[in-house]
Amino acid sequence: MAKIVIDGAEIETEEGANLLKVCLDNDIYIPNLCRLETDETPHASCRLCFVEVAGYKSPVPSCTVAVTDEMVVKTDTEPVRRLQKTGLRFLLSTHKIECKDCPANKQCELQDIAKFLKVGLKPKGLKQRFHETDVDERHPCFTYYPNRCVLCGKCIRVCRQEHGQSTLTFARRGIDTVVSCFQGDDIEKLPCEDYRACAAICPVGALEVK
Amino acid sequence: MEDDAAAATAAAEAEEKAILSDIEQKIKCFGKDRGRLIPILQAIQEEHQYLPEGAIQMVGRHLEIPASEVYGVATFYNAFRFNPPGKHPIKVCLGTACHVRAGDIILENFERKLEIKEGQTTPDREFSIERVACVGCCALAPVALIGETVHGHMAPSKVEGLLMRIQIEKEKEERERKQDESAQ
Repeated sequence: MAKIVIDGAEIETEEGANLLKVCLDNDIYIPNLCRLETDETPHASCRLCFVEVAGYKSPVPSCTVAVTDEMVVKTDTEPVRRLQKTGLRFLLSTHKIECKDCPANKQCELQDIAKFLKVGLKPKGLKQRFHETDVDERHPCFTYYPNRCVLCGKCIRVCRQEHGQSTLTFARRGIDTVVSCFQGDDIEKLPCEDYRACAAICPVGALEVK
Repeated sequence: MEDDAAAATAAAEAEEKAILSDIEQKIKCFGKDRGRLIPILQAIQEEHQYLPEGAIQMVGRHLEIPASEVYGVATFYNAFRFNPPGKHPIKVCLGTACHVRAGDIILENFERKLEIKEGQTTPDREFSIERVACVGCCALAPVALIGETVHGHMAPSKVEGLLMRIQIEKEKEERERKQDESAQ
């Protein structure tokens, strides 16, 4: 057992537990997009779950921290919020705000986090950059919207964990990165037809079942 | 014209088929562990200058991984291309110096004149456009290469002239060839 202090409250948990999970389990909300309960190693790609841990020089993403005894954690400090807001604004700068037409409207984690951090959905001061295509129909079972996607990769990982391999993949790189599939892949081998975990796990509305 | 287009498609299909059967033979020499993915792609690209769609499937089947994964890796690296290069590959430099001297405008001009995007090949397989990072003659920025020839101090107005010159040379060659044929 380990006793830790999060935002002044003493919490008992197991040594080595995932700090982000401990916080969420104890009703201390930390914005996060890419965490999967079933991940063996944290993906740590959304850069939103920062916290301050006493003894660390700068804020760390909480999903990569294992709890140790007498750890002191702060989740609501100025540097933490600044990092989270900046990260979110970058995500929003490549996200087309068409919430009215989006099926994820009001169940969208991006909306929730923006509300939590008090960041406007159309961030000022950043140039917006979108993909040329709004809709990708290449996958036989799903429609993909690159300008909604936050590239958390949860759809790819959840499919891989379930089936050992996935027909979804990241393609291209940098600002051009998209979730994609290869036409002519042996999709029939995978039960995409009746298994829609990837669309269900999407924190936004980037994957829609056809 | 339509016959020409049909003949060109048929030729392209036959060519791809030949390439694929060649790859099918050579791929057997490689191991089946995932680590062989990039060496296999490199070998294909070196031999055939591009990765045909069928090759991606073939590599996936050989390594027993989804073709999507092969596709993901191949699109990540700029070294891999998915279209056969044209007879006159155009490389527009976008290194630091050329970037500063507006190399992207030169690229855009080539794209507009040839009606293809960077990474693509014209339907007649004459030209393809690529972007490269530094050719090593920054003093001449912005720079473009057509085939092996370096064209320095590029300007948007020079693009059409360069393409025209290649076109005229091609027509001249054809005329000479016809003359030779009729002389024989």
